[in-house]
Amino acid sequence: MRRIITMTVNNRPGVLNRITGLFTKRHYNIESITVGHTEIEGISRMTFVVNVEDERIAEQITKQLNKQIDVLKVNDITDQAIVARELALIKVAVNSAVRQEIYTLIEPFRASVVDVSRDSLVVQVTGEPEKIEALIDLLKPYGIKEVARTGTTAFTRGSQKNAASYKTPFII
Amino acid sequence: MAKMKVEEQRKQRTKMSGALMLIEALKAEKVEVIFGYPGGAVLPIYDKLYDSGLFHVLTRHEQGAIHAAEGYARISGKPGVVIATSGPGATNIVTGLTDAMMDSIPLVVFTGQVASNVIGSDAFQEADVLGITMPITKHSYQVRDIQELPRIIKEAFHIATTGRPGPVLIDIPKDMTTAEGEFDYEQDVHLPGYQPTVHPNHLQIRKLVEAVSQAKKPVILAGAGVLHANASKELRQYAEQQNIPVIHTLLGLGGFPANHPLFLGMAGMHGTYTANMALYECDLLINIGARFDDRVTGNLKYFAPNATVAHIDIDPAEIGKNVPTKIPIVSDAKEALKELIHQDGKRPDITAWLAQLAEWKTNYPLAYENDVQTVKPQKLIEMIYELTNGEAVVTTDVGQHQMWTAQYYKFNRPHRWVTSGGLGTMGFGLPAAIGAQLADKQATVVSIVGDAGFQMTLQELSVIQELNLPIKVVIVNNQSLGMVRQWQEIFYDKRYSHSLVPNQPDFVKLAEAYNIKAFRAKTEEEAKEVLKQAFSLSEPVLLDFHVKADENVYPMVAPGKGLHEMVGVKPCEESLQ
Repeated sequence: MRRIITMTVNNRPGVLNRITGLFTKRHYNIESITVGHTEIEGISRMTFVVNVEDERIAEQITKQLNKQIDVLKVNDITDQAIVARELALIKVAVNSAVRQEIYTLIEPFRASVVDVSRDSLVVQVTGEPEKIEALIDLLKPYGIKEVARTGTTAFTRGSQKNAASYKTPFII
Repeated sequence: MAKMKVEEQRKQRTKMSGALMLIEALKAEKVEVIFGYPGGAVLPIYDKLYDSGLFHVLTRHEQGAIHAAEGYARISGKPGVVIATSGPGATNIVTGLTDAMMDSIPLVVFTGQVASNVIGSDAFQEADVLGITMPITKHSYQVRDIQELPRIIKEAFHIATTGRPGPVLIDIPKDMTTAEGEFDYEQDVHLPGYQPTVHPNHLQIRKLVEAVSQAKKPVILAGAGVLHANASKELRQYAEQQNIPVIHTLLGLGGFPANHPLFLGMAGMHGTYTANMALYECDLLINIGARFDDRVTGNLKYFAPNATVAHIDIDPAEIGKNVPTKIPIVSDAKEALKELIHQDGKRPDITAWLAQLAEWKTNYPLAYENDVQTVKPQKLIEMIYELTNGEAVVTTDVGQHQMWTAQYYKFNRPHRWVTSGGLGTMGFGLPAAIGAQLADKQATVVSIVGDAGFQMTLQELSVIQELNLPIKVVIVNNQSLGMVRQWQEIFYDKRYSHSLVPNQPDFVKLAEAYNIKAFRAKTEEEAKEVLKQAFSLSEPVLLDFHVKADENVYPMVAPGKGLHEMVGVKPCEESLQ
């Protein structure tokens, strides 16, 4: 099962190393990581997407992360109302004949072309990972030269529609 | 106004070098002994150490230093302090760091590092110590700004000794030891990401009290967490109050008196029949400060299959890690037990259960076939137990001798048992005995080691001789890597691949080369004689006991088996058939 885990950490040298090292040591597989500054100086925010066997392992990951001294807060937000976004840059092979076709193709995805050359163009798209997958699939027949994806970054929504679905493993 | 004054004082504070800051910080932490080994990158520290008045023990290898620090910490309850130089000095402590991490031993370890401006250039004696040690420390630092050093040391001691204890490493580039800064150690520790839960949740405690009152077959499994929390007294009080039998893990031994009627022995791979069967049959399992290691649980599929599991642990990540837990209690063991005693719930009605346990105890005790023509290792341990009235501090390596000691030396007091549990480190016993003896100078310290493990750190005999520590080194000499040999006998069709060492050195002569008295014994009579002699001397003595080479540790739970599938429960009777 896919889990989305977010956390805030001290922005210190080696922290990312510590976290990924922990994943390696415990044999947890990471699908993606995104890291960036938060609104507070010296504190960064990380979003992990991990694929785990069951809820027990997901809980174990959260607890192990919590044990890190430089980790301030860990949340498994998978079961909450969230906004999850990823950005992808897709370089597609084009010639003058299909260039226009691509423009119309990507429009419903609210993607944009951010670079054009004689034989290629670069499409920028943001959205949920599934949406990006769909666009890549659509562009595949034209010949994809390169894809760069950021991995998911996520946030809980301001209001939780069903707060009861928010689960803590147990009371601590 | 007062704040102004503090500011002024701070300004007036004279600057000092990083090396001197380290010395001052160790003094402020009331460190009694430092174990270490000098080298290029830590020379400025050693220069300041020279006339600091601090007691430093020069071990003969960094591994010796860190195991000695572990022994010190395990007996004193205070953090062990280690200094090693950069590169090879630092990589030599990796085993000890892992050992301390696995067994939750508080250590503060300082490693030298090459100067900041050459870090990353593969400089002489450079190793990425931070990278190497990250997964095997509770936390680690590299000093990048001299002004951070006091805060880092303060935090390191705090982290090592609070919550679930563990090793903390501080990597100090050489230029940071010579650079000058203001030394301010009167500061508070501010670690928002590190707030161990010490007090139990009241609701969960109530749940446990309720479960106990309903239980028909309850049992307590107590681990080293009880010892770390100094909760032996409370454990006994609680067990007696509720009349619940107690089982120990290997590392927990001594937390509950071995001669207490409610004690069922050690659990696990070489545990007692009663303890293992109790874990298999129980309907309520109260784990206090044990981490359900695979050597304790055997095959998880058959572990306490019918039990409601309650788990008290200061480390929330241990709860539910290996065994699904119905009643989780994140707490210091002492605080949880105090709360439980205070609750004074309804005593469970367990007469039938106690009768069953008593029957197992009588019918399936630990047993071995006696043979006075040789030194039986089990008998040897029993003799040491009797000679020391069960009061000695006992350290071991890992292997057969370790298991025999755990089985036949009855620990009635806490903090007398020093062994490498989680990592199972050969070469641990001898240096650990040095630290243990320095932690408790009055104690009789016995280091029981195998002939193979002893040779991994035997150079530390030098330290024992130099400091005239009256440690009794007991070699259980079976001229083999005993436990490896046992496994090859049982699981590899007696194909003894590289486990037999018939040409061991003459350990008596070896000890004499270190100016240490030594005796050898090959029969029970001789063993009795030399033991008596050794324990009457107040100086170090090495004893080489030639035991039967093909002796095995029983009972045993084979890997992959459940605790109820023990073999060799009654070796005595089996061999008579």
